[in-house]
Amino acid sequence: MQFVDEFRNKELIQKTAQEIARRVDPKIQYRIMEVCGGHTFSIYRFGLHELLPPNIELIHGPGCPVCVLPMGRIDEGMSLANDDSVILTAFGDMMRVPGKKGSPLELKAKGRDIRMIYSPLDNLKLAIENRDKKIVFFAIGFETTAPSTALTLIQAKKLGIKNFFVFSNHVLIVPAIRAILDSPDMRIDGFIGPGHVSTVIGCQPYEFISKNYRKPIVISGFEPLDLLESILKIVQQLQEGRNEVENQYNRVVRWEGNRTALKVIQEVFELRPYFEWRGLGFISQSALKINKSYAQWDAEEHFQLNRIVLTDPKSSQCGEVLKGVLKPYQCKLFGKVCNPEHPVGALMVSSEGACAAYYQHTGRKEGITDSL
Amino acid sequence: MCLAIPGKVIEIISTKDSSPFFQFAVVEISSVRRKVNIELIKEEGVLPGDWVLVHVGFALEKISYQEAQEQLQMLSLLGEEKQFIEEIQGYRLGKEREDGPQDKEL
Ligand code: SF4
Repeated sequence: MQFVDEFRNKELIQKTAQEIARRVDPKIQYRIMEVCGGHTFSIYRFGLHELLPPNIELIHGPGCPVCVLPMGRIDEGMSLANDDSVILTAFGDMMRVPGKKGSPLELKAKGRDIRMIYSPLDNLKLAIENRDKKIVFFAIGFETTAPSTALTLIQAKKLGIKNFFVFSNHVLIVPAIRAILDSPDMRIDGFIGPGHVSTVIGCQPYEFISKNYRKPIVISGFEPLDLLESILKIVQQLQEGRNEVENQYNRVVRWEGNRTALKVIQEVFELRPYFEWRGLGFISQSALKINKSYAQWDAEEHFQLNRIVLTDPKSSQCGEVLKGVLKPYQCKLFGKVCNPEHPVGALMVSSEGACAAYYQHTGRKEGITDSL
Repeated sequence: MCLAIPGKVIEIISTKDSSPFFQFAVVEISSVRRKVNIELIKEEGVLPGDWVLVHVGFALEKISYQEAQEQLQMLSLLGEEKQFIEEIQGYRLGKEREDGPQDKEL
């Protein structure tokens, strides 16, 4: 497929990996964080970590939207399905995420009306077809996904749909990166910046990383060649003592981002003063709430939601893995107790979760095609 | 979740048979045709034959064939002498810009 196969070209992959190996200083340990869970997935799916010299360590970041939701928040959302008049909808990633009383899929098996959707727009169709029901969308995702939720709300308003509500759990990546940079137990030399988030926000919001923290960040695509080229660019910057925001993914990401997308986010959402992230704790201005002009469609306004505060099971170490302090296999539960069939934490469920990526792909790589 | 997949725009659906407010297009993604919302890239202008990145039913951005080509060319020259790269690049890229093979399969 165009824009896919040619970025999996074996020869170019080897060439780029060799160039990285040629460039690195063997005396230095490079700690590079891939912020986005989609990158974590690609790295393990294609076995890219095995192509890198041993002194490059990839640290997995918090960019997996289901993984960073605290379990209490998941249960709050699922409690909405207890109401018989509600049809709760969610993306596929959410369906197997364990809450205290089970996952959405398990609740569905017990008779709750929970449905998987492909696009936020599917909610409007459901709302029109089920006028006697309330459709509640358990919305998750970073800036990549927020514009589609926003456009869906704008459309609901225009169409005068009254039986549709959004439980917003949209979070923002930049405050999370800042929290990681400020965390005392973290030492990171450079960042692989999130590709699809950046199609929306552009490159400029990352400038504080180079200006205030003096670290390089390279916005990257998701194919093997994209990631290797980004790592090469980070290594080059470190070698030359530069710390810049670079855009490796310029076939898609524009420096200024997508103006329309930013505009619709503004139209519908406002910043929450703070939001709790699993592993990272409370981060100020790190999440989006539906604003006053759309309050009528806000599930948090319409329904009586009790805040549920839960701590993760003691033995699980999802928080440490999310922060990049521990590798997935260093969690005491990894494998035997926590695996994709019986996930304890969301990181073992979502394809972007570091634990699932590790479990499914280490030791088993998928074909890298020979095209071009 | 944040996954987005390249797809090729087959046709723009006329607003008449689309929803009353949104603009949609038929986009082919891995040989499956889907109705995709193109509201976010309308301002840039979308035409059949354009490649777009699709995420949860919305086209997020257009994909530039030329930037992709330049990246691949740069990588294929890794490890070559700098002067040699400059020469080859100046020649190849310049020529391609003039010809602009927009829709050629790689
Ligand atoms: S192995 Fe399971 S419990 Fe441990 S960090 Fe990963 S998801 Fe959490």
